[in-house]
Amino acid sequence: MNALYSLLFVFLLVLIPLFGVDAAHLRTFFGICIPVTAFIIFLIGFIYKVINWGRSDVPFRIPTTGGQFLSYDPKMFKQNKYDCPQTGAQTFVRMVLEVFAFRSLFRNTAASLHETKDGHVVAYKSSKWLWLFAILFHYSFFIVALRHLRLFLEPIPFFLKGMEFVDGLLQIGTPTMYLTDVCLIAGVVLLLGRRLIDPKINYISYASDYFPLVLILAVALSGIYMRYYAKVDVIAIKDLTMGLVTFNYHVPETIGVSFFIHVFLVSILMAYFPFSKLMHMPGIFLSPTRNLPNDTRAKHHVNPWNDPNIKAHAYADYEKEFGVPMAEAGLPLDNPENGKAPEEEA
Amino acid sequence: MRMQNGFPIIVGLLLFIGALCTPFLVGTAVTGTYKEPELKLPANEKNCVESKEFMREQHMQLLNDWRDWALRDGKRIYTNHAGKEFTISLQNTCMKCHNNKADFCDKCHNDAAVTPYCWDCHIQPEGLK
Repeated sequence: MNALYSLLFVFLLVLIPLFGVDAAHLRTFFGICIPVTAFIIFLIGFIYKVINWGRSDVPFRIPTTGGQFLSYDPKMFKQNKYDCPQTGAQTFVRMVLEVFAFRSLFRNTAASLHETKDGHVVAYKSSKWLWLFAILFHYSFFIVALRHLRLFLEPIPFFLKGMEFVDGLLQIGTPTMYLTDVCLIAGVVLLLGRRLIDPKINYISYASDYFPLVLILAVALSGIYMRYYAKVDVIAIKDLTMGLVTFNYHVPETIGVSFFIHVFLVSILMAYFPFSKLMHMPGIFLSPTRNLPNDTRAKHHVNPWNDPNIKAHAYADYEKEFGVPMAEAGLPLDNPENGKAPEEEA
Repeated sequence: MRMQNGFPIIVGLLLFIGALCTPFLVGTAVTGTYKEPELKLPANEKNCVESKEFMREQHMQLLNDWRDWALRDGKRIYTNHAGKEFTISLQNTCMKCHNNKADFCDKCHNDAAVTPYCWDCHIQPEGLK
């Protein structure tokens, strides 16, 4: 049901620019006002969220570990440096691998039940599918987003032409089919299919899980439809996009409606981004379960907001202070001297 | 405002926002005002194979179809939407009027950062360099 609602909602979102541009001729509204507003919402929302996270307290080291801690005998029990990092450098490597290679997804294991003649047996095996779909999707999306810079930069930096060449290496059709377009669609469909088909994941999926996937799928499909099927005047679009970045807004008349649908969906994605699970993009860097070294047993932790006026009160001092009533109550004392009342001493 | 690890968080945030806003900086500092590339249109011919709007949006599709029709199907005649017939040939039909690649094709292709592979097979015409 959640998936269906998300799909329906995205259909509705497509209809808005379709009627808004084709029937109501709100070209400036959909070509300039909506994307600029969405970009501002994205920036402010993003900054607000990250600052807000940065302000929350991280009083303890709480890394999730998946390997051997640095032990008393490192030769016998070798430390797993990147699953149980103990220094800043090891944590850095762990984070780099996490951010660029999705290492924790690579470690994913799936439990399965097998029937044998002795009854049911539970088996755990490495399951790399999620990692594969995720890495396919994220890298494709990144390259696709980067490729769009050709519409926002003039002069165009050299690497964009090289990227365009490698991406269109198969030279299928005109405009050349991009490999990343295919991989992006494949990645989203697989991630979506995983939620729909696997009953365990389906059970824990909300509309907020389906909606971003369906929305990104719609963004990609609308872009592909615009580029390969509807075909638009790219130079007129560059005129519009360069107008956005040079603050010289105008909407050429020759741009087709498919462009406005694509831009509207991207704007929705941008405006929705800071309030959604998509914030895992900055969130991965701010995850205390990832970005902290596991050194609680190596370094003394002082709570940073302790009141400096409150001094440590050791048990020996405590016993000195309360020794008499403790002795009266019959409590054992480390030092029996403390139990004597001061008058008796004198 | 008290932040834990405030410095790296702010630096990372600034880098990200800075990267996102690079087009605005480049746009105002380097580009100034953007102008669509100005094409050198043929002097003695006013009408292309199809209308201007069609050519602007679909010329790549047309050229791709032309290649398939001419080379794979042996069909050498193209009838346009107005019913006029043209010989299917990049070098003899298109380049007859648009005889300067650098002043025509490359203008928009550079602007949109695309490198069509026409000249992998065809002989590069004059005016390339």
